[in-house]
Amino acid sequence: MTKKQKKLLWRILAAAVLFVPLYLISEGVVVSPLPSWAVFLLFLAPYLLAGHDILRKAFLGIRNRQVFDENFLMAIATLGAIVLGEYGEGVAVMLLYQVGELFQSVAVGKSRRNISALMDIRPDYANLETEAGAERVDPDEVEIGSIIVVEPGEKIPLDGVVVEGSSSLNTSALTGESLPRDVQPGETVLSGSVNMTGVLRVRTTTAFEESTASKILDLVENAASRKSRSEAFITRFARYYTPVVCVGALALAVLGPVFIMFTGIGRAAYPGPGAIWSDWALRACTFLVISCPCALVISIPLSFFAGLGGASGQGILIKGSNYLEALSRVRTVVFDKTGTLTRGNFAVTGVHHSPLEDQKLLELAAHAECHSSHPISRSLRSACRQEIDPRRVSDVREISGEGILARVDGVEVAVGNEKLMRRLEIDAKPCSHTGTIVYVALGGTYSGHIVIEDEIKEYSREAMDSLRAAGVDRLVMLTGDAESVAQKVAADTGLREYRARLLPGDKVACVEQLLSQCRSGQLLAFVGDGINDAPVLSRADVGIAMGALGSDAAIEAADVVLMDDDPRKIARAIKISRKCLRIVRENIVFSLGVKGLCLVLAALGLANMWLAIAADVGVMILAVLNAIRCLFVKNL
Amino acid sequence: MKKSYKIEVDCANCAAKMEEAAKKTPGVRDAAVTFMTQKMKVEFEEGADPAAVMEAVLKNCKKVESDCEIFF
Repeated sequence: MTKKQKKLLWRILAAAVLFVPLYLISEGVVVSPLPSWAVFLLFLAPYLLAGHDILRKAFLGIRNRQVFDENFLMAIATLGAIVLGEYGEGVAVMLLYQVGELFQSVAVGKSRRNISALMDIRPDYANLETEAGAERVDPDEVEIGSIIVVEPGEKIPLDGVVVEGSSSLNTSALTGESLPRDVQPGETVLSGSVNMTGVLRVRTTTAFEESTASKILDLVENAASRKSRSEAFITRFARYYTPVVCVGALALAVLGPVFIMFTGIGRAAYPGPGAIWSDWALRACTFLVISCPCALVISIPLSFFAGLGGASGQGILIKGSNYLEALSRVRTVVFDKTGTLTRGNFAVTGVHHSPLEDQKLLELAAHAECHSSHPISRSLRSACRQEIDPRRVSDVREISGEGILARVDGVEVAVGNEKLMRRLEIDAKPCSHTGTIVYVALGGTYSGHIVIEDEIKEYSREAMDSLRAAGVDRLVMLTGDAESVAQKVAADTGLREYRARLLPGDKVACVEQLLSQCRSGQLLAFVGDGINDAPVLSRADVGIAMGALGSDAAIEAADVVLMDDDPRKIARAIKISRKCLRIVRENIVFSLGVKGLCLVLAALGLANMWLAIAADVGVMILAVLNAIRCLFVKNL
Repeated sequence: MKKSYKIEVDCANCAAKMEEAAKKTPGVRDAAVTFMTQKMKVEFEEGADPAAVMEAVLKNCKKVESDCEIFF
């Protein structure tokens, strides 16, 4: 509890101690010789003790022309009750209202801290290696290329490459993955992970504001400011609700008695005109107590915030409550094949028809592709056992979706798919193997092809099943690969629909076509690994980037970022959003229902102040507790 | 220019009011207050002096929510 909260708690306790005996006296349970004016004065003590800040804020609100806030409502309602002689009720309402405020502030503060702890990846310092030895500095001050030392138990402050030492890293704050990752010299380490076993010397590759940790923090902190429709609804609702209820209360206080006096209906129940007025004024005060929109105003954003926090604890970063809301309506999920359903670590499994030695062909192909970041080029490079020397390569020309033309050691090399071969009018022999076939032509003549295969992720099939179980009825795979490869992957993962041989531009068109087939109110999510598919990510209703750590374009373009590359997280993200939205709806219906009911009861004179404040504080407490459930998403 | 400030505010509704107040302050192009993270993001007008503008923002926020605090 903060100092402010502790102070409020003491005020409430002290006021309660003063209040109880006074209430018993005023209700006649305990007989005392005090005259009624003395009781009134004594009641003021707990009232002011508990509510002086509310009165002050209400007064300041009026002075600053911000009349209709909850402080004003409480001040008018309680003062009204006291003026009407209901001292006990007036003080009790103030007291209970403050109990509610205290509870709310403690509960919200606590869940806020819980969620922040979940995302506690902000490094506090870096041990910079200088000539004088290690120096503890702010991560902000470390320049790119500096050497930092990370001791066991410390957070890695900046992204970098290990130059010395080996260790296990705990990356759970980044990826939600609980298995530690082993690192060796030469490997990349990401800021925000925790060094567990050995001392590491790391050469930094980013400045602090560009590092993974600060990017993720930025993303998470911004997420809460992108508001969902439910939140926007509640804000608008609260803006009108309070004034409307105030006007209603005024109308009740004036029109009720006027109606009775003119028509005479129900007049017999009152001893005199004064009693009519005071009864209806009290009803109006009760009305005001109920009118406080706290339960909604606090519980809806809290639900979303807890949902976002719970998801990020699972390695699912959702960029805003609006996307959390959108996820729950996803009925079509479109996948990019490579890197999403498959590992994306292509391996060369064969070289066919080559007039040269297999290694020589690989060497030429790898050199031709030496500037490309495409996964296929990477696999060619890793299959070529030689160091790649870019100086041997010139005149590189990339034909998007087809391949690369380049001059290697003076020889014209064409590396690409069959489209490239057709474009160059080269007669290439098709391959009987399933896999990605890379055709190579040297000096304009077909010189064999290289077979590259990709592995399907072990959880892809399970991921599809759980998505179907979560109510996603259409799953489509998009790929630039050949029909045969697409068919095989689709069969292995249990997908019924796929589109093969797509150029990067076709994917956008494909997603647009699928979007137009979605029924209204149903949304489409696209899942990609962020390489080459940023336009598609931003075109889909919800763009999900996978294994996106380190890929800026993906983090930028996507709405949901899965920190590791486990496809099962997609279904989990959808389940989290469903749970969160269900809780939001429960809270809206529950709070509005109870409030509406109490308003009617109050207008009819069937609800007294006790019921009103119980409805107000009770609903709020229940709604907040319900909202906190959004945080528990581990076992979804 | 965009800057992020830590704030202290007690309720979600008050945060919404602070946001309104901050938006109306001269020199502020846009502002967003997030109650849950207790952060205020302010985008300043071209050539505005953040320190001076923030003084005014704080003053306006105090008007609508006397208990709030902005740290800058």
